[in-house]
Amino acid sequence: MLKAEHMVGVGTYLAIFLALMVLTAVTTGVAFVDLGIMNVVIMLAIAVTKATMVLLWFMHLKFASRLTWLWAFGSFVILGILVAITLSDYLTRTIVS
Amino acid sequence: MAEALAAAHASDAHDLHVAHQFDDAEQQWGASTLGMWVFLAQEVLFFGGIFAVYIIYRTLFPDAFAEASNHLDVTLGTFNTAVLIGSSLTMALAVHASQVGHRGPLVAWILLTMLLGSVFLGVKVYEYAHKWEQNLVPGPWFQWHGEFPQQAQIFYSLYFGMTGLHALHMIIGLGIMTWLVLAARAGRFGPNYHNPVEITGLYWHFVDIVWIFLFPLLYLIGRHGHP
Repeated sequence: MLKAEHMVGVGTYLAIFLALMVLTAVTTGVAFVDLGIMNVVIMLAIAVTKATMVLLWFMHLKFASRLTWLWAFGSFVILGILVAITLSDYLTRTIVS
Repeated sequence: MAEALAAAHASDAHDLHVAHQFDDAEQQWGASTLGMWVFLAQEVLFFGGIFAVYIIYRTLFPDAFAEASNHLDVTLGTFNTAVLIGSSLTMALAVHASQVGHRGPLVAWILLTMLLGSVFLGVKVYEYAHKWEQNLVPGPWFQWHGEFPQQAQIFYSLYFGMTGLHALHMIIGLGIMTWLVLAARAGRFGPNYHNPVEITGLYWHFVDIVWIFLFPLLYLIGRHGHP
């Protein structure tokens, strides 16, 4: 293994996998309970948590360079700008019937 | 002493497969992985554009989307999510095996990843066929027996478009892994060089992340709030 690489142990991989399984079960289970607006909030929070776990440990982002971090998270920031500004259009339209 | 060091270094450089434009294996590895991350950044925006369309239409037609979503099989969707996350685990273990130079396990983990990926795709084929029977494939043959048929058709356009694009990425991933497993079997990867295994892993984990968002957004909208 190269000096720049970081060895993530098999135990860590298994722990992350189990956490992802639990979160999957939770997100499906919670979907069947009526929590109003919180359904969407919880669902997105769980999805972001799962994605972050895959990014940090499965994709080794936790041990990667700052430059890699920039590319990894920068794309989501740019996407966020796309969604925010597009929604600011749609959500401020008044329908003329 | 000096000759032994020189000899070790010479054979080291030979084993490392360092291309001539790189100073050393470290730099080559860094460039290789950063290159994949840059590609994945593009992929985030690629899928992200379609996610943006989904967000807009769901914001505009929440009830129609919830009703349309209920015709998807949540058991199959959850099962597929578990299968794909499992395939990410096996891929991570494949990278681990290549880091420590265990060729047998490396080949086995890649094959297992391909198997789980194939299971996922098999389930999707079944789901698509079922949707066809239910007349829920968008087009002139689309039939909707509830309120808001046009909005329901938009949902299903997004369903087939997004999961179809995702499935295409998985098929490409399986193709890459076919090459990878043959190269691994031929002993081309070891502790000093396993870049292709690593970047294949990055690609596959990204495909998993896309599904982590697709599953709840498509399958879990309207499961509560049934009258």
